[in-house]
Amino acid sequence: MNARIFSILILLVTVIVSALGVVYTRHESRGQAVLLGELESDRDAIIAEWSRLQLEQAWLADAGQVEAQAREELGMQEPTDTRILVVKK
Amino acid sequence: MTSEQKSQVPMGRLYGFLLAFLLCSVALVARAVNLQVMETEFLQGQGEARFMRVVEIPTRRGNIVDRAGEPLAVSTPVDSVWVNPSELLQTPEDIEPLATALGLDADEIERRLNQRSGREFVWIKRRLHPDVAAQIESLGLRGVYLQKEYRRFYPAGEVAGHVIGFTNIDDVGQEGLELAYNDWLQGKPGSKRVIRDRKGRTVEHVEVIREAEHGHELRLTLDRRLQYLAYRELKRTVLKHDARSGSVVLLDIASGDVLAMANQPSYNPNQPSQDTDGLRNRAVTDVFEPGSVMKPFSVAAALEAGIVGPHTPIDTTPGTINVSGHTISDHHNYGPIDVSMIITKSSNVGATKLALQLESEQLWSLYDRFGFGDVTGVGFPGESAGVLRNHRRWRRVEQATLSYGYGLSTTTLQLASAYAAMADEGRMRRPSLIQGASNPVVSVLDPQIARDVAEMLETVTGPEGTGKQARVKHYRISGKTGTSRKASAAGYASRYVATFAGFAPSSNPKLVAVVMIDDPSDGQYFGGAVAAPLFSTVMEGALRLLDIPPDDFDGVLLQAAADDAMGDAEEDFDGGVR
Repeated sequence: MNARIFSILILLVTVIVSALGVVYTRHESRGQAVLLGELESDRDAIIAEWSRLQLEQAWLADAGQVEAQAREELGMQEPTDTRILVVKK
Repeated sequence: MTSEQKSQVPMGRLYGFLLAFLLCSVALVARAVNLQVMETEFLQGQGEARFMRVVEIPTRRGNIVDRAGEPLAVSTPVDSVWVNPSELLQTPEDIEPLATALGLDADEIERRLNQRSGREFVWIKRRLHPDVAAQIESLGLRGVYLQKEYRRFYPAGEVAGHVIGFTNIDDVGQEGLELAYNDWLQGKPGSKRVIRDRKGRTVEHVEVIREAEHGHELRLTLDRRLQYLAYRELKRTVLKHDARSGSVVLLDIASGDVLAMANQPSYNPNQPSQDTDGLRNRAVTDVFEPGSVMKPFSVAAALEAGIVGPHTPIDTTPGTINVSGHTISDHHNYGPIDVSMIITKSSNVGATKLALQLESEQLWSLYDRFGFGDVTGVGFPGESAGVLRNHRRWRRVEQATLSYGYGLSTTTLQLASAYAAMADEGRMRRPSLIQGASNPVVSVLDPQIARDVAEMLETVTGPEGTGKQARVKHYRISGKTGTSRKASAAGYASRYVATFAGFAPSSNPKLVAVVMIDDPSDGQYFGGAVAAPLFSTVMEGALRLLDIPPDDFDGVLLQAAADDAMGDAEEDFDGGVR
């Protein structure tokens, strides 16, 4: 009889512990899901920023712009033959 | 009242009540079991339907980059504004500030919303400027929402517009490579199941149904620097000669890679217009009669047939020849020349004399092997095959005109591909726009004949040639000029197509460029005067940018040293500007 009560008690405790475990993991998983969502939106924001930076760089490095700046603002020109120094190894 | 009175309550009624209660509870239990066991699926589904949602995981369209990885098309998120009409129409006074912020007409919006009042989702304006989106957000209107969408930007703009194409408002490719590689670029949107609370916030991710598959990056063979160079110079030439249109194609001989492909007129893919004239990638979609640039191929056919050698004499006196009642003439009477000089001087009479000695099939077969009349397989939508009629239907005069490039039509790309094969000892490759494409090599001509023809082509930029303006300092250039009259309804009009096709450096060809200028109308129309200078500037820039050394590098160095010693010794290297 005693043993029976004892085993029921153990079962009861196990059930309660596992129930608490379920509650805990559930809570944990919600927390993780929220974190995942935040990280995903962070990632998206970073990717968006990256694409904007790529565009900005592409616009700044546009050959036409670089050429215009080199020629007009900096007064650069293509070197003539006599102004080219060839270094041979 | 006494206990006896109590006991007077009839037992039957008591049992009756008991039974009734029992039945009630049995009914309740039965119902509970029924709900829990029998209908659980239906009920759970209904319950979940009220808070579970399947939401789409959006994908990004892959970038298009040039061979060095420089971006040519980039997707970046922007906001679009949509409204729920039933919500917004409850407070119609909100429409006014919304319309003002968007620069739209308030009455127009209201009318549209009333028409669609039964719906829950109506786009108001898509792809807003970030500042406008921020303004809308700060208004905080009820029933007005912002949705993130991707928008495509093309930093190279009109320079590479034809090759890349553009997408429509739903991010689906409409033209060019955006259309041809839409599936590769687009990716597949995924979906996930989430639990949302009453306010629509996602409180739990239940499961990912399908992972989003993002679009792939597309790496082209184009070189942005060369593309810009080709485009800029082409535009300048087209404007200078008041031409109707023009194309330039630059190919890497060893791989078949298209390094630059530019056309005029062009358009800005960031704001594609409805004007379809500028949308075509003419280098691939438009055909023209090539004219004299075909002569190397007819001469190659004659060499291949073994009827002549490179220096067999040919008499072109008196500068005209009569074929089946048609007169074919040269610009001048070149008199007695040799086969090589047919190319140097671009003699129609000479080419005709060679062609008429050939079986028609011999000429046709060579043209066919070099890809004329057949799509190049570059994989560009709307590619034109050109026209090369089967030799069985050639008349005698046709065989003559075909030898100098009339009676067939080609695209600029086809010509470039054929010249690349000639430059590479008869090895034909499929031109490619996408990096990593496999371009199996097909040998289409005896290497010795190809070398002979290449040698003849070098004389074109020599002292007696028609293409002196195609020269590039320090480099040996091979090529051929072409000037063809355009066919019109009333026969051949006095409108011309000026072409130049060539390769460099001649001693070890690396690059092929073909220039086509349609209808130059400032008085100059010869290929040697209109197209050759453009070829020269594009080729010069390309050789420099790709670090291709001159044919005789040591000779160039000696010459430069001699000039240096002779000339300004006072020149100061550190001084910068002279």
